[in-house]
Amino acid sequence: MAAKKKTTTKSKAVVQTKAKLKPKSKAKAKPKASAKSVGPAKDLTIKICAGTGGLAVGSQEVINEFAKELKARGIKADIANKCVKKTGCRGLCSKDLIVEIRQNGNTEVYQLITPDKVRRIVEEHIINGEPVFEWLAGEDYHNFNDRQTKVLLKQFGHIDPEDINAYINVSGYEGLRKALLQTTFEVTEEVKASGLRGRGGAGFPTGLKWEFCSMSTEPSKYIICNADEGDPGAFMDCAIIEGNAHSVIEGMIIGGYSIGSSEGYVYIRAEYPLAIKRLEIAIKQAREKGFLGKNILNSGFDFDIKIKQGAGAFVCGEASALMRSIEGKRGMPRAKLWRSAVKGLWGKPTVLNNVETFANIPLIILNGAEWYRSFGTEKSPGTKVFSLTGKVKNTGLIEVPMGMMLREMIIDIGGGRTGKNKLKAVQTGGPSGGCIPADQFDLPVDFDSLASVGSMMGSGSMVVVDDTTCMVDLAKFFISFTQHESCGKCVPCRIGTKRMLEILTRITEGKGVSGDIELLEELGNDIKMTSLCGLGQSAPNPVLSTIRFFRDEYESHIEHGRCPAGACKSLRQYIVNLETCKKCGKCARVCPSAAITWQPKTKAKIAKTKCVKCGACFDACPFNAIM
Amino acid sequence: MSDNDIKVKINGRQVLCGRDETILDAAKKAGVRIPTLCYDERLEPYGGCRLCIVEVKDVHKPQPACTTRVKDGMEVYTDTDEVRRMRKSVLSLLLSNHPNDCMTCEATGDCALQSLSYEYGVTGKRFAGESWDLPIRDDNPFIIFDPNKCILCGRCVRICNDVVMAGTIEMTGRGFNSLPDTAFGKPRTLDNCEFCGQCVSTCPTGALIDKKGRGKGRSYEMTKVKTTCPYCGTGCNFFLNVRDDKVVKVTSDYDAPVNKGNLCIKGRYGYSFIHSSARLTSPIIKKDGKYVEATWDEAIDLIAKRFGELMEEHGPDSVGAFSSARCTNEENFLLSKFVRTVFKNNNVDCCARV
Ligand SMILES: Cc1cc2nc3c(=O)[nH]c(=O)nc-3n(C[C@H](O)[C@H](O)[C@H](O)COP(=O)(O)O)c2cc1C
Ligand code: SF4
Ligand code: SF4
Ligand code: SF4
Repeated sequence: MAAKKKTTTKSKAVVQTKAKLKPKSKAKAKPKASAKSVGPAKDLTIKICAGTGGLAVGSQEVINEFAKELKARGIKADIANKCVKKTGCRGLCSKDLIVEIRQNGNTEVYQLITPDKVRRIVEEHIINGEPVFEWLAGEDYHNFNDRQTKVLLKQFGHIDPEDINAYINVSGYEGLRKALLQTTFEVTEEVKASGLRGRGGAGFPTGLKWEFCSMSTEPSKYIICNADEGDPGAFMDCAIIEGNAHSVIEGMIIGGYSIGSSEGYVYIRAEYPLAIKRLEIAIKQAREKGFLGKNILNSGFDFDIKIKQGAGAFVCGEASALMRSIEGKRGMPRAKLWRSAVKGLWGKPTVLNNVETFANIPLIILNGAEWYRSFGTEKSPGTKVFSLTGKVKNTGLIEVPMGMMLREMIIDIGGGRTGKNKLKAVQTGGPSGGCIPADQFDLPVDFDSLASVGSMMGSGSMVVVDDTTCMVDLAKFFISFTQHESCGKCVPCRIGTKRMLEILTRITEGKGVSGDIELLEELGNDIKMTSLCGLGQSAPNPVLSTIRFFRDEYESHIEHGRCPAGACKSLRQYIVNLETCKKCGKCARVCPSAAITWQPKTKAKIAKTKCVKCGACFDACPFNAIM
Repeated sequence: MSDNDIKVKINGRQVLCGRDETILDAAKKAGVRIPTLCYDERLEPYGGCRLCIVEVKDVHKPQPACTTRVKDGMEVYTDTDEVRRMRKSVLSLLLSNHPNDCMTCEATGDCALQSLSYEYGVTGKRFAGESWDLPIRDDNPFIIFDPNKCILCGRCVRICNDVVMAGTIEMTGRGFNSLPDTAFGKPRTLDNCEFCGQCVSTCPTGALIDKKGRGKGRSYEMTKVKTTCPYCGTGCNFFLNVRDDKVVKVTSDYDAPVNKGNLCIKGRYGYSFIHSSARLTSPIIKKDGKYVEATWDEAIDLIAKRFGELMEEHGPDSVGAFSSARCTNEENFLLSKFVRTVFKNNNVDCCARV
């Protein structure tokens, strides 16, 4: 709130100066004349979110509109100076498109901007210096941002991701410069000391991984960045690459230096065209500046990066399957007869890390392990980027220190529930994780605490659900995802998840039988214990955790044929509340299967046998008399 | 570290292993059998069937014996209640998508899935659910593939890609619908398949069977005669499967020193000549432009006479002999001796020079 007031008062000052500058605002008919009379507005920067989220809601159109409107008013010089900037994701996706206008030292942030709003902003704000108050970002925006600790995302929304100089201006590639002046041993030790744990899910200490690999004397080694991000509901890695691909590249080069590898791969799904494009641009620019290629910064160290596009199979995010996929084989996990640090890609020692893990590296090297440890907890240092989605007001990308309470993330940053429905739980870690019920939101979010309640950090997706979501149905959604994505190699995952899906399906259809819950538990545990890779080993988590915390919902489906959330269509039953029915007959008119009998002045009645449970009457009733 | 200095205890019995060996190797040394379905000595360990899971002391999860390397001081228990229970669970899952066809199945009595189900006393009932009803693939002159019986052990895929290097089949699809298949499901024809039958030889179930031997007897009804392949000089061994005095099939001899059970199309499927009515049983001499049957004496006399005439007319170098890989070593030796002492030259060769 305070921040908001401050900017507002400042912009009032602008009003006066601006008013003097440009008395005639309606100069559209004679743009050239006005250009002469006004002159370019100095120090004007307009930042428009152009991440995938932004682009999806039309950032390109908004950019064009700004360019057009500014040109029409002769604010030409500034366009050439890139006053309309494309930036990476600014996080608050639910309020996209976010537009930030910086003019003569004052900054205002607009939310939910569409092309048709541009002209008014240009006329009133940029020309008259009078911000359009009703479109300014509100309390949500500030709550959302002020409680975060942006370390990785600090530059997001501020630097142009397609311009290496923008990154260099904010100390980009300084970490690499510093690393190359140290021995490879010192670099590895620094990463070890930072306590950084892999952000790809399992939280393995990155420094240790690097150390294992650096010990090998093999002449060729590989370093791979895992940008597969197959978890439905996760978009952190995509956003990091779109917003600041250079940080990932810099992290990879430092990693290559540490382990003694001169060849890196970024494995990225083909469904991320913008991220791929930005990565390609960044790699090209880094080569031009001598950060990639032979004899980097005159250190004698060579390193280059190739991009390998994946076809988007979830299992290809698993380390050994990913390596098989790069080799051109079918992406199937391999039994861990040897560690990748000994025999990885093409049988050579390999280090594989997640996008976010690499993005942390330059900062750790530049600022030191001590600085890094000042964020987060003892065992999970640093910050973590999460994608917060589902039934909360503010959805989007957030960065917080490890160990922050779930409650703070969901209620304070996320703004709590969207409507009148109570929040029920949060699913962390996507299909590999588990749900955590709302009464346990006082849980610190770090690798170990999440695991202790049967969930996991996973990649960092958080899907918040409220009491309109059926937990059995939710579990069914995730297991159908994992069954679909299972590589089919091992029996428990291939057939076991299929059987779990069948049992869950019959429960949600009201055909569950007693013993089904126990069967799910037994089978789930056996799948966890006997599957080959992490996909199968974690696939039952959503089912087991929903049984653990919401067993009553399962029982209610099986024993009473009732879905407490009212979400399972086959269990729904529509009846007319005779007390509130006003005999209007609207329901009977919309019913597609003539299941409702009604005559003028009589109350409606729904024939159970004819009802197809489409819900049309429910929507049509003006008096909420259909239940 | 030198070889065989890693001490491992299998069910309390200590064995010495090398650092590259797995628990499965160690168990073999200890004389302990661990159940497997996807394991074949000829192939890289796969870890797909999960039946070889064992308990390792101080490791909280069961470990697959085929893909876990031994460590010094490791204590392994291969048959605890817990691992037996989990193996049962895995087997029940397999059987829940397997036709109950053992009475008519070619592989009965020689099927690893059948033996293990029997041993563990499981049926497919516990996890009954959707099961496949896919068309049988009879598009190859030598092999029939019944996908419904496939347990996706991946052995056929691995042998075809890693041993034969033919690359005919690969795992396709995902999840429950994964299946070994050719590219785009095309028939296995000469375009893409070598008809070596290696895939059939490694299949642990009745999913892949030899077309020629179909319906001619179960494994336990056959007399197995170990022999050496008559086709080329490699000298692969295999078993002729004989029933009612007829050779009805060839099966692999995994202990064969030369080929370790591997065969090519000739050795595995080229046995029809044995009972062919077109097979020559006596020498034939061309008389007045016609082929007529003769006795061995007649034939040998004729050869001796003609060779003598040729040598007299054109010198000893004008004759030579070419022997056959389908003769025994002794016969080949005799022929070469004959050429050098009687023809007095070195004009002798054999098609076995591969
Ligand atoms: C089924 C499955 C999917 C995975 N998907 C991803 C992924 O999309 N991105 C990722 O970074 N790690 C993923 N992982 C984890 C990787 O196997 C690996 O542990 C990780 O990338 C290592 O990097 P880190 O140490 O930096 O976390 C996945 C694991 C499994 C089992
Ligand atoms: S657990 Fe699933 S995804 Fe992993 S190897 Fe087994 S079948 Fe494949
Ligand atoms: S017969 Fe030989 S080449 Fe053909 S699929 Fe089987 S193993 Fe491959
Ligand atoms: S066909 Fe036979 S060898 Fe091939 S995967 Fe199926 S069961 Fe295994």
